[in-house]
Amino acid sequence: MSNKVELAQNAAGRMVPTTVNGKPQVPYLGVGQYHPHGQKATPSVRSANEYPENGDKRVPDLETALRNCGLRDGMVISNHHHLRDGDSIALMALQTAARLGAKDLMWFPSASFPSQKGAIDLMQAGVIHHIEGSMNGPLGDYCTQGKMRGMGVLRSHGGRWQAIQDGDVHIDIAVIAAPSADPFGNADGSHGKSACGSLGFALADSTYADHVIVVTDNLVPFPCIPWQIQGNNVDYVVEVDSIGDPAKIVSGTTQITRSPDRLRIAEFVARFLREAGIMRNGFSFQAGAGGIALAFVDYLRRMMKEDGVKARFVRGGSTKFLVELLQEGLTDYILDGQTFDLDGVKSIGSDPRHVATSPFTSYNYHGKGNFASMVDAVVLGATEVDVNFNANVVTHSDGRLLHGIGGWQNCLAAGCSILALPSFRDRIPVIVDQVTTLTGPGELIDVVATERGIAINPRRQDLIDALKGSSLPIRPIQDIKAEVERICGGKPVRPKPSNRPVAIVKWVDGTVLDTVWQV
Amino acid sequence: MSSKPISAEAGHWGKDVRSDLHVAIEPRHDGGLEIGLESRVGLYYGDSILGQTRLVLETLGVKHARISVHDEGALPFVISARIETAVKRAGLGDGQRVWPEPFPLPAPSARDRLRRSRLYLPGTEPKYFINAGLHQPDAIILDLEDSVHHAEKDAARILVRNTLRAVDFGACERTVRINQLPVGLEDLREVIPEAPDLILIPKVEKPEQVAEVDRTISELKIADKIDRPIWIMPILESALGIENAFAIATASPNVVALTIGLEDYTADLGVVKTAEGRESAYARARIVNAAKAAGLQAIDSVFGDVADMDGLRRWGENSRSLGFEGMGCIHPGQIHVIHEAFAPSQIEIDKALKVVAAFEDAQQKGLGVVSLGSKMIDPPVVERARKLVGRAKQMGM
Repeated sequence: MSNKVELAQNAAGRMVPTTVNGKPQVPYLGVGQYHPHGQKATPSVRSANEYPENGDKRVPDLETALRNCGLRDGMVISNHHHLRDGDSIALMALQTAARLGAKDLMWFPSASFPSQKGAIDLMQAGVIHHIEGSMNGPLGDYCTQGKMRGMGVLRSHGGRWQAIQDGDVHIDIAVIAAPSADPFGNADGSHGKSACGSLGFALADSTYADHVIVVTDNLVPFPCIPWQIQGNNVDYVVEVDSIGDPAKIVSGTTQITRSPDRLRIAEFVARFLREAGIMRNGFSFQAGAGGIALAFVDYLRRMMKEDGVKARFVRGGSTKFLVELLQEGLTDYILDGQTFDLDGVKSIGSDPRHVATSPFTSYNYHGKGNFASMVDAVVLGATEVDVNFNANVVTHSDGRLLHGIGGWQNCLAAGCSILALPSFRDRIPVIVDQVTTLTGPGELIDVVATERGIAINPRRQDLIDALKGSSLPIRPIQDIKAEVERICGGKPVRPKPSNRPVAIVKWVDGTVLDTVWQV
Repeated sequence: MSSKPISAEAGHWGKDVRSDLHVAIEPRHDGGLEIGLESRVGLYYGDSILGQTRLVLETLGVKHARISVHDEGALPFVISARIETAVKRAGLGDGQRVWPEPFPLPAPSARDRLRRSRLYLPGTEPKYFINAGLHQPDAIILDLEDSVHHAEKDAARILVRNTLRAVDFGACERTVRINQLPVGLEDLREVIPEAPDLILIPKVEKPEQVAEVDRTISELKIADKIDRPIWIMPILESALGIENAFAIATASPNVVALTIGLEDYTADLGVVKTAEGRESAYARARIVNAAKAAGLQAIDSVFGDVADMDGLRRWGENSRSLGFEGMGCIHPGQIHVIHEAFAPSQIEIDKALKVVAAFEDAQQKGLGVVSLGSKMIDPPVVERARKLVGRAKQMGM
């Protein structure tokens, strides 16, 4: 990577590269300030004439499929991450490409996982040029240590759809791991020994990529019912013994936190929704699969029962806790983006009220609206937040990549976005003067809930008014910050970042929100 | 401290350790201080930890030593305690103490304050200290006794002392369970200067034990210029202790409550401790009676199964019906269940309010006899109603 990168200051005051991996970038302009124009990207026109009339698109192996797709140096290869840390197809595809002699590929996963650390060898061997997608663990360290040849590009789930749809990223070959598929390429995630629930993250890839390969370990005769991936977009189908390790695809059961402090935070958030009047008949919410979020759902469920309140829909990542809401009649629907545990998988495969969604319907900012902004409340995590409610979710305080953005940025569009966080971790305060990497603008973050108190963004006078007289510990964010700094024995020293960008953080509209610097 | 300095260590470190640190010290004759540091938070607080280590060593008069510190994100009051412990174990430090930055002392504890729940915190586990007050038990107990291995008594004493000084426990009564005498007297010398609100004395069998603790506290209070109350709560944990309950309750005017330790008591009887507690019915009733006779609060033992909230609630409700005003807890999750179990019901409160109103009405009219409807009300009933209303107010009801 060139060391001479031209930087510009964006509307958030962050210095960001003006060109990334040879492509000009638009620095972040502010929430809702960037106005896109032009046409969406389109895959090339094909003819049924080129495909077997009997619908059988099977080829013997991935190698044949990749060769038939015209694999060349510099291509963009994509994968989805619904199999999470249990996935074996992404690495298999890249290693097969390596055996075929491909170089300088761009790997474009919807997220990467620690079990895919083999991609480091492929980067060192020159097979992969760089990764655009979330990186953590060993891959994150490889990137932040400046060892990757290109710059990392971190996008939200919605931002990835936007980038594909707007033509910012053109996928040459999408390799889609499918827990069930038929020879035509119709595919689904809700059944099969490697069932993972929704396959929504692969939908954009299947629609916009030049070539689409479906890889399955559960080939069923046509038709694969239900299907989420349409075979009409698929070039080849490959059968393998196993697409992944089921034990790591979904957890047997997702676990509620047992930490009394975190339970306290979860209870605060649930009470906040109740007292703010957000928890009312017909409302909606989204919470992730983290320990605090699960505990929050559990508390909220009890309060919904006590008050006789029912939700219209809840948004997954689904878990047993959301499934229980559905089964107890406390919500009409689960609109599911990804499925985290066995109960979720079973439910999405059997209950028509548990519906698979995609980043297009849920999150894409360059569409005619999306579901995220219709959700009444969302409960999220973060690694740092500043006194203006700007938050970081992608890096540790030392600048190393920690998490992908996931749906986090997209969810900030909800009516009330709440960060549920312990006020310090291992002596390191969570509320800081300035976040290491800006991932979410403070104007979209309404509440920060910690075990020491709840801070409401001063922009949300309506929430401040609604909570007047509450027995909840509502406090100015500066107050909580000062208390934690006293406990921790002063402010932590801020590590000085280098001046070499190694990755960028995109905002939901494709503009550049911040830079990750070499550590 | 005339013995030759030796190498020593204190504290804990490792992958699963949080908010603690390990200090190893190797005294030398010359060469100054050589400090090695590995820390989970070294990037952010490394300089601060090194500076603090140096300051603590200098305060303790340690001039030449090799020190290695493994830190797992310990807070400053813990860092200071662990270094002091290592130094003293090495035979250095000359009996000096190192004071961490103090948190302002809360208001003194009232003799008859609410004591529904008291949360036990093992005296060598600093990670539990810092947020304990947030869960709002009526009291926290920094335990130096059963939860601390005998080889760690010195470390726990110093850590608990620093904790009393530096940690904000909110409105909780700050209490310490000392060891059985005579070790408990050592404990007192370390912790009394930090003005704990109450001392729990374990395994009390005779009034003389309480008197001895009371005398030691009084002496230390004078020496340390502490002019606020330090209450005493004896724990009766044996058949003999139960037999002497009233004498123990009246052994010092500073005793504010009696409590019972059921594990040791049932062991002493040679019976199995059950969830229903039939085997301890006599002892518990005896404690309540002795406490009330002495004008004190009666506080029940702990409920050991932290997963069984229904069982806890039943136990607590039964305790309250026997005359206990609170019990111990070993997990923050038990606190709100206990508070609910010990709260008077709305029916009781309403009835008490009526009685009090009738009494006040009679007073105003100059009537000697209080009546409610067609019933005459005896003075003790009025007194009980006033107490109940007062308690309900304290509980925020």
